[in-house]
Amino acid sequence: MGDEKVVLLDFWPSPFGMRVRTALAVKGIKYEYKEEDLSNKSDLLLKMNPIHKKIPVLIHNGKPICESLIQVQYIDEIWPHKSPLLPTDPYQRAIAKFWADFVEKKIYDLGKKVWTTKGEEQEAAKKEFIACLKLLEGELGNKDYFGGENLGYVDVVLVPFYSWFYAYEKCGNFSIERECPKLIAWAKRCMEKDSVSKSLPDQQKIYGFVLHLRKVVGLSKILCLQHISRHC
Amino acid sequence: MAVVKLFGTWFSPYAYRVIWALKLKGISYEYIEEDIRSKSPLLLQYNPIHKKVPVLVHDGKPICESTVILQYIDEIWPQNPLLPADPYDRAVALFWIKFADDKVYLMSKLYQADGEEQRAAVKEWLEMLEVMEEHVLIGGKKFFSGDEINMVDIAFSFVAHWLGVLEDVVGLEIFEPHKFPRVSSWIQNFKSIPLIKENLPDADKMSAFSKHGREMMLASKSN
Repeated sequence: MGDEKVVLLDFWPSPFGMRVRTALAVKGIKYEYKEEDLSNKSDLLLKMNPIHKKIPVLIHNGKPICESLIQVQYIDEIWPHKSPLLPTDPYQRAIAKFWADFVEKKIYDLGKKVWTTKGEEQEAAKKEFIACLKLLEGELGNKDYFGGENLGYVDVVLVPFYSWFYAYEKCGNFSIERECPKLIAWAKRCMEKDSVSKSLPDQQKIYGFVLHLRKVVGLSKILCLQHISRHC
Repeated sequence: MAVVKLFGTWFSPYAYRVIWALKLKGISYEYIEEDIRSKSPLLLQYNPIHKKVPVLVHDGKPICESTVILQYIDEIWPQNPLLPADPYDRAVALFWIKFADDKVYLMSKLYQADGEEQRAAVKEWLEMLEVMEEHVLIGGKKFFSGDEINMVDIAFSFVAHWLGVLEDVVGLEIFEPHKFPRVSSWIQNFKSIPLIKENLPDADKMSAFSKHGREMMLASKSN
């Protein structure tokens, strides 16, 4: 598909944005990356996502697509021949979409609770977070990737959170690898691929971002911040 | 011959989404009513992660989450499509379906609220209705995508039927038709479709059931 113009409006620590970066990289699609300042959103962002005013926004030939799961599915449909992310069998597709939905419902919010709360609330969040990761390990089973022998839809949807794991661990004072070794092995396997490692920021950089937020804003206000807004 | 089973509850808007999708496509199915206070072992086996209805079981294989189920149904039985064929139009439809899915919680939010929380919940409802009026139902179309209903209409169905019941239960008028003329027309069009009209949970039954539950809940809140 020749002369396609693809633009991604994004914010570097956003795991939702990372999903789209990864999907585009897996497919080898060239695109223009535009970093948004979420405290001063561009006219383009406000025009392309008037309902939520949030990143990431994928713009394909001038037309916006919003919501990261929808963006990844769209990318998979427009460029189906290289590295298909969703299976062709309808039942397998439904399974993949179910687990992507599970990640969407659980991982971001629980992870956020882990790094923004303390005491009992944090302990409860850690417990539930690990329980969800273990369910994902169950789904992974003995496969190399959720997609089987290659990266698939669920891999692309979940792996961005790996860049946040170090921050969760430091804030929560726990080791995700100790609790979920299979999942960490999976994440490291994904990171061996350029399409993933070049799409995710370094874990230390994410932790630095978290520390900065905690210092500048104060823990109690973080929950209100748009910077880490979950809608995309 | 493949067997289709649907686990649902009589008042669940999510279960009705699947009922309408199956009927739109002319698919026969066996319906199994679940008591959500006492879930069957079979439901828990088919949906161990969320333990919720609806669950579609096709040829012994379970599919969970109503939006995933509807997309599956649409792929297996392509007649009377629920989503546009064009990938971009489909992405737009899925955006609005997610928007609707993310707002269904407003039902329980309003149901559980009183006082200040109730005022906040009503405000959120009105904001959602405004988005429907100003952004989704533009272009003078009968339904969200044109002359036929599809998954977007089905996703917003909680506004068409369940909101009325909720208003009765909490004793508030939230939806004023003259303030939302396009939404109002859409509701009338949607509920006029025979397949929808003939397959809706009884509003009075839901109202009585919910009122009782709400009284008990609010009483225990103040204790």
